[in-house]
Amino acid sequence: MGLTLAEKILSQRVGREVRAGQIIVCDVDVALTQDGTGPLAVRQLEKIGMEKAARPESTILFIDHAAPSPRKELSNDHMLLRSFAEKTGCRLSDVGEGVCHQIVAEDYAAPGKVIIGADSHTCMAGALAAFATGMGSTDVAMGMALGKTWFRVPETIRIEVNGELPVGVYAKDLILHLVGLLGADGATYKALEFAGETIAAMPMWERLTLANMAVEAGAKVGLIASDAVTQEYLTAQGRPEDYKPLAADSDANYERVIIIDAAKLEPTLAAPHTVDNTYPVTELVGTAIDQVFIGSCTNGRLEDLAIVASIMSGKHVAAKVRCIVVPASRKVFLEALRLDYIETLVEAGAIVLAPGCGPCVGVHEGILGDGEVSLNTSNRNFQGRLGNPQGSIYLGSPAVAAASALTGVITDPREVLGYAAYR
Amino acid sequence: MQLTGNAWKFGDNISTDHIAPGRLFHLRSNLPELAKHVLEDADPEFAARVAPGDFVVGGTNFGLGSSREHAPTIIKLAGVSAVLAKSFARIFFRNAINVGLPVLICDTDQIAAGDRLQIDLGTGTIHNLTQGRILQAPPLPDVMIRLLADGGLAAHVAKHGDLVVE
Ligand code: SF4
Repeated sequence: MGLTLAEKILSQRVGREVRAGQIIVCDVDVALTQDGTGPLAVRQLEKIGMEKAARPESTILFIDHAAPSPRKELSNDHMLLRSFAEKTGCRLSDVGEGVCHQIVAEDYAAPGKVIIGADSHTCMAGALAAFATGMGSTDVAMGMALGKTWFRVPETIRIEVNGELPVGVYAKDLILHLVGLLGADGATYKALEFAGETIAAMPMWERLTLANMAVEAGAKVGLIASDAVTQEYLTAQGRPEDYKPLAADSDANYERVIIIDAAKLEPTLAAPHTVDNTYPVTELVGTAIDQVFIGSCTNGRLEDLAIVASIMSGKHVAAKVRCIVVPASRKVFLEALRLDYIETLVEAGAIVLAPGCGPCVGVHEGILGDGEVSLNTSNRNFQGRLGNPQGSIYLGSPAVAAASALTGVITDPREVLGYAAYR
Repeated sequence: MQLTGNAWKFGDNISTDHIAPGRLFHLRSNLPELAKHVLEDADPEFAARVAPGDFVVGGTNFGLGSSREHAPTIIKLAGVSAVLAKSFARIFFRNAINVGLPVLICDTDQIAAGDRLQIDLGTGTIHNLTQGRILQAPPLPDVMIRLLADGGLAAHVAKHGDLVVE
C-alpha cells in the first residue's frame, strides 16, 4: 500500500516510513507566530528559561493582526516581539510587511518542509506541498526552541476535482462549496489532499485559497502535490532551488474520496455565522450590505485585486457602502500599484489600507455597527469576528465582493455589466 | 481525581471568537482581565456567574476557529474545572491539554443546564448527579496523558529539556 501526500512528507522528514495514526516527533523547518499569539509564546519560553530558537533564520515573528497598532497594550506587545527577535536572531516581519501566511508562501514554504504556526491558517502553505499546520502559542514556542514537535500522522480525505471552473467561479467558490459539504468539523484531525485535473490546471494564487480554508472543515493540513505550477511559483519568488516534486502514491490509502465536478459549481457564499452555512449566490442576491472587505490571507493576492479592479474599473462603490481593500503583502501592494489596480480601486471609491490582516479579525479598521452586514473575501464569519457580535458577515469570492460593492446588495458577479473575467 | 460542579450548557460550534473575541485582542497580555469576558459572546452572564469548579458543556466542534491558546487558558482561569463536548476542534483540544485544562468527549445531550456533575478524570466517568446517569468519555491518547501528568507542555519540556512523547 502506498503513501498519501501527508504520509509521504512526514516519512521523508523523519527518515522512516510512517502511517496514519502513528505519533511521531518531527523536525520543524519553519516556525511562526503573529502578534496575537507571539507574546504568549515568548512568555512561555521566558518562564522556562529557554529563550532561543533552534533555527532562527526560519523562525519568524509576524506583526500583522493589529498593524499598525490601534492601542497602547498592543504597541507594548509589538515591542516585546521586536526585542525577542533582536535577542534571539529570529526574523521579524514588522508592521506593513503583510499577512504571515502570504509571506510564508512568498519567502519560506517549499515542498516537503514542515511548518508550524501559532495561527490556524498556517495550513495555507500546504498548497506548495509543505506539511503546514496551526497550533497554539505553547506548542509553537516549544517547536521554536527545540526545532521539533509531535504530530499524530493524519488520515487523509482526497478531494478530487475534475472539469473546468465556469467563468465567474473561482477556487474560493470551490472551497466554500466543499466546507458546506463536509461541515465545519467534517475533516477534524484529518488531512485534505486536493487532486484531479482542475487542481492540476489551477494557478498557485487559487491553490493557496483552497489550502488556506482546509481548516474551516477542521482539517489539520490541506495539501496539493508539487508540480510545474509549484516550480514556476517558486522561481517567480526567486527560490527555484526550493522545488522538488512530491505527490501521493497512486495506491495510497484514503479514508474517503470526494469527487467534485467543477463545471457544475456556482459562485458560492457562506452566510452568518458559520463557514459551512453555504448557499449559491442566486439564493442570496439582493441581501443589503454595509461594508465589503477585500483582502486577507485567503483572497488578498495580486490576482484577486486584478479581478476586483476589472469589475470596478470606471464604476463607483454604492452610496452607504464602505469598500475596504487590503493587499496581503507589501509585494502584492507594490505590484498592484505598478499595474494601476490601486488607482482604479481608489477612483472607484475603495479605501486601501496597509498590507496585513486589516479588519479580518475584528481588532480595528472596519468594526461593524450593531446590525450591520459585511461581505468579506476572508475565511471566517463567526459571530463577533468583525469586532461586534451584533454584526453579520457573509463570505465570498473577490468577484462577488466587487460586484456587490457596486450595487450595495449581494450581487451575482456573472451579471455585472461589462464584466471582464480575469481568467 | 474527582471534580464536582454545575453544568453550563452551550450549543454546537462555539468558536474561539465566542470564547476570546478579537475585539478584546488588547487584553491578550492581561489574561486575568480577559478571563472576565470569557464566553461573553455566547452567554453574557457566564463570566460573572460561573462558580469555581463548574463545567462548560458544549455540543459538537467546541473551540473551532483560531489557534489562540488564550481561549482554553481563560476558561481555566475563570475557575472552570473541565470542558465536556460531543466533539472538539483539533487545535483547541491540543491547546487545552497543553495548558492543563481537562477536556472530555461525551454525549452532552444527556446533560442539562445546571445539572450537578461529578467527574473522575482518571477513568473518564461522568456522573450526572441531578439526572442519576453515568456517561463515559473515551481515554485521552497516551501522549496527552503524559503531557498532562507533567503539568502541560511547557512543564514537560522544562522537566525533560526535550520532547519525550514517542
Ligand atoms: S488575514 Fe485573517 S485569517 Fe488570515 S492570518 Fe490574518 S486574521 Fe487570520
